[in-house]
Amino acid sequence: MSSREAPIVIIGTGLSGYTLAREIRKHDKDTPVLMITADDGHSYSKPMLSTGFTKDKTADELAQSDAAAMTEQLGIELRTLTHVTGIDPDAHEVLIGDERLPYSRLVLAWGADVIRLNLAGDGLDHVYSINDLMDYRTFRKAVDGAQKIAIMGAGLIGCEFANDLRNGGYEVEVVAPCETAMPGLLPPVAGDAVINGLREEGVSFHLGAAVERVDAAGDGVRLHLDNGQTLEADRVISAVGLRPRTGMAQEAGLDVGRGIRVNRLLETSHPDIYALGDCAEVDGHVLLYVLPLMSCARALAKTLTGQPTEVAYGVMPVMVKTPCCPTAVYPPPADSDGEWHVEQNGNSVKALFRAPDEQLLGFAVTGDYAIEKQALAKEVPPIHG
Amino acid sequence: MKKWQCVVCGWIYDEAEGWPEDGIEPGTAWEDVPDDFVCPDCGVGKEDFEMIEIG
Repeated sequence: MSSREAPIVIIGTGLSGYTLAREIRKHDKDTPVLMITADDGHSYSKPMLSTGFTKDKTADELAQSDAAAMTEQLGIELRTLTHVTGIDPDAHEVLIGDERLPYSRLVLAWGADVIRLNLAGDGLDHVYSINDLMDYRTFRKAVDGAQKIAIMGAGLIGCEFANDLRNGGYEVEVVAPCETAMPGLLPPVAGDAVINGLREEGVSFHLGAAVERVDAAGDGVRLHLDNGQTLEADRVISAVGLRPRTGMAQEAGLDVGRGIRVNRLLETSHPDIYALGDCAEVDGHVLLYVLPLMSCARALAKTLTGQPTEVAYGVMPVMVKTPCCPTAVYPPPADSDGEWHVEQNGNSVKALFRAPDEQLLGFAVTGDYAIEKQALAKEVPPIHG
Repeated sequence: MKKWQCVVCGWIYDEAEGWPEDGIEPGTAWEDVPDDFVCPDCGVGKEDFEMIEIG
């Protein structure tokens, strides 16, 4: 088979992979598409994993379609529970053990790995990370009958889970080395508002402290913090961050930075290999959010169906799903010249980052100000102007 | 009157209730919601993402 007759191969069936396949089919019903996933191929929206307890949804209820339905809907071939073991860019082949699958174009949409802390102790079986629907399924089972959950990390996911589990009726304690919520995303005044909002919901925080050791204790665990404190909990969530999966790309000789490096056409450093979503560093940006990957999927679908199209990132505020203190943020570009101007009323914060010429470059709004996010989004320049 | 759900985040648009926060009157059919409408919860656009009819 010549490589042009081979299918477009997409590795990964998360939001990136399936959105790309759906977009390809809007332009082209016929080109064969083969998708490969290490999980069971259920279609689901990852942001919904952060509101599952509030809405009391099981993993099955969050799944929008199973693999068989997706195969039919999209007119694709799909291999589930299949681990790709390598890529041979010169031969245009994907390796699955001894098997070699040819591709015409290859798309890497395999996401990011959770960062795992190096913890001591004999209670690590009770520590969970929730990064996909199968993790969510496992965790739901693990907290059946549990009362108290400890969360390591006060980033976006740690805060969203804290709010969600509290809404689900659990006692929640958050341990994080930072001094406020989401320090990488929010100015401190907005992070403090989220912390206060969560505290008012009954979430306890241990900030400026890290977990060193997790020991088994009864059916749960005892956490030892580096400030000498100990905490008891039934189960533990580790939410200390994500790292784009780059290992196999690097082994195949692709250019890799913080993510798999691609240009605005989503091309990697090798011909006919593309990347998008949580594994990709797009034109220097690593943005592990929904709106960027949707933009990439739309542009790449056009490129793959004969209309080369650069992705153009617009203004993409990040919505933080903490209903006790709704929050939206559009961080200013790194190293921007300017300063934050803050209006505050309790947990409602409007922080505007303005350049010396008053141009709005970024914003963070919480509480009652959160509804201004769309109006503010119209004032800031897009990432790709 | 129908309800529509954002497939990204699960937010529900109820035609009967509209979305007065963005000036969309109660009783506005989804097809009459302006094209620049974005999901209040997750920010995806109307044209970017199909809402699914849930009832």
